Amino acid sequence: MSVAAEPRRNDHARSGARGLSLHAKRVVWAWSFLAVPIAFYVVVRFYPTVQAFWLSLTNWNLMRPAQFIGFENYTRMASDPLFWKVFENTFLYLIIGTPVSLLLSFLIAYFLDRVHFLHGLLRALYFLPFLTTAAAMAWVWRWLYQPVPIGVINSVLSSIGIPQQPFIQSPSQALYAILATAIWAGMGFQIIIFMAGLRAIPTTYYEAARIDGLGEFAILRKITLPLLKPTTVFLVVFSSIGFLRIFDQVYNMTTNDPGGPLNSTKPLVLMIYQSAFSSYDMGYAAAQTVVLFVILLIVSLCQLWIMRTR
Amino acid sequence: MATATDTLVDAPRSSSSERTMRDVRPGRVIAWTLLFLGGVLMVMPIVLMLSTSLKTSDQIYDLRIIPASPTLANYVSVLTSSEFIRWFVNSTVVAVISTASNVFFGGLVGYTLAKFDFRGRYIVFLAILSTLMIPTEMLVVPWYLMASQFGWLDSYWGIMFPGMMEAFGVFLMKQFFETVPDDFLEAARVDGMNEFTIWWRVAMPLVTPAISAMAIFTFLGNWTAFFWPLIVTTSQDLYTLPVGLSSFAVRQTVQWEMIMTGASLATLPTLVVFLLLQRYIVRGVMLAGLKG
Repeated sequence: MSVAAEPRRNDHARSGARGLSLHAKRVVWAWSFLAVPIAFYVVVRFYPTVQAFWLSLTNWNLMRPAQFIGFENYTRMASDPLFWKVFENTFLYLIIGTPVSLLLSFLIAYFLDRVHFLHGLLRALYFLPFLTTAAAMAWVWRWLYQPVPIGVINSVLSSIGIPQQPFIQSPSQALYAILATAIWAGMGFQIIIFMAGLRAIPTTYYEAARIDGLGEFAILRKITLPLLKPTTVFLVVFSSIGFLRIFDQVYNMTTNDPGGPLNSTKPLVLMIYQSAFSSYDMGYAAAQTVVLFVILLIVSLCQLWIMRTR
Repeated sequence: MATATDTLVDAPRSSSSERTMRDVRPGRVIAWTLLFLGGVLMVMPIVLMLSTSLKTSDQIYDLRIIPASPTLANYVSVLTSSEFIRWFVNSTVVAVISTASNVFFGGLVGYTLAKFDFRGRYIVFLAILSTLMIPTEMLVVPWYLMASQFGWLDSYWGIMFPGMMEAFGVFLMKQFFETVPDDFLEAARVDGMNEFTIWWRVAMPLVTPAISAMAIFTFLGNWTAFFWPLIVTTSQDLYTLPVGLSSFAVRQTVQWEMIMTGASLATLPTLVVFLLLQRYIVRGVMLAGLKG
């Protein structure tokens, strides 16, 4: 095909010389394809990004026009005990959620990959939660966590002689109860990605290792895990970002006192939501979004750096 | 690529499918049983939700999974006493339009960046990619300001406009268009097609796996979206399904069978459709994960 096309492309170029050269024509096409998207990205992404930084330096509250107040929102945040509580909560979601969900997902993917009997069914069972709506499932979990006789989990616990737990009603347990919901919701995706990563490792590596007499654990440690590193890095960053941005579950599981009890479950995004759309303290909310942005940036860069040097 | 992932998705690890009953060892049986129990535990919340939606209010303390006398009364009651149907329509409209827009523009931009040679190409790509570093939470305040200035609050367009184009789609499509041989496009050019027709009629059909992956992600993302629709809509009529469900559940307080019915209504459509398409979705997730 290319052989036939070559000579003709030349006279096509010559005929194009009437107006624009062929190359110039294609450049015009390229920019006309990009015109609408570029306008979109400028108006809906770049301009609002700059505006968010600017608003974080103002006291805008919907009522009066924005006034520049320097870094007052940031100093206010630093001395706001609620902000530090929220910061701690967000960090807990991240620091527990990411390793726990990745460890579980890896174990499941590792064994699921070796199972043949009803493989499709097992995979579907694990994948199903990924297809649900977080807001809807948050209500289901909220119901599961209710005290006896409504809540299924407490009913099961008391039937095997374990005392009832308050779960989302207790300031010390609520965060973990909500985190379990978020881990559950995210695992299907992680398992599938881990399985894709495992499949991408050539079987010859395993065969060679077996010939060399390596045991299953040694193979896992010396071949599977190192070769799975790109997948792991992707998932660590992806799920960390997810846990840092947790909102749907917390909002829906604590609607009577969002982020409660006693702010024990409030993540940064919920604080942003309340500052902006309950108190209409837009400037303060914008400053919090900038902090979220910086945290996300640092986490992404840190993790990429750690994974690279190891 | 498509064939490679086909085998990735369908068959468990490689040659071992030849294994027969001879290979049944106690370790395998235990591993299988544990995996199965884990899987049952994973779907348990969904099963319990559906089961409770079929129970009457005096049966909900009965924790049997198969209801003693299943009834659709809750569904009738929820559908007639609330605006679920309206929310369902809203979610569908928003998700379909956003998906179409993302496929169209993501495909167009990905193609242009992969197949056209012009100055500034790399900068445009980097600029679009850099938006992935900006969390949408950071943009909601400016978007809200923009929407209120232009009167987009409480409208379909208000819900949709931030997500009409996503950088991830551009990235995915660019990766795939790079694998399309130039010869195909050159041949079409010789046939006198214009560049737009070449993209739409020749290039796009060659990357259908990428298109379906992207369509699935965009649809699911918009269908389950909660944060922005919650902010931008204030009237019941414009709620999307997740926001509507949330407001509905708050009003029910202790009528858990009603809340479970609402949650089932919000979850079932995607669950059924996507379960039927499971193969393609798993493949799509793998494709996107591998490329990303």
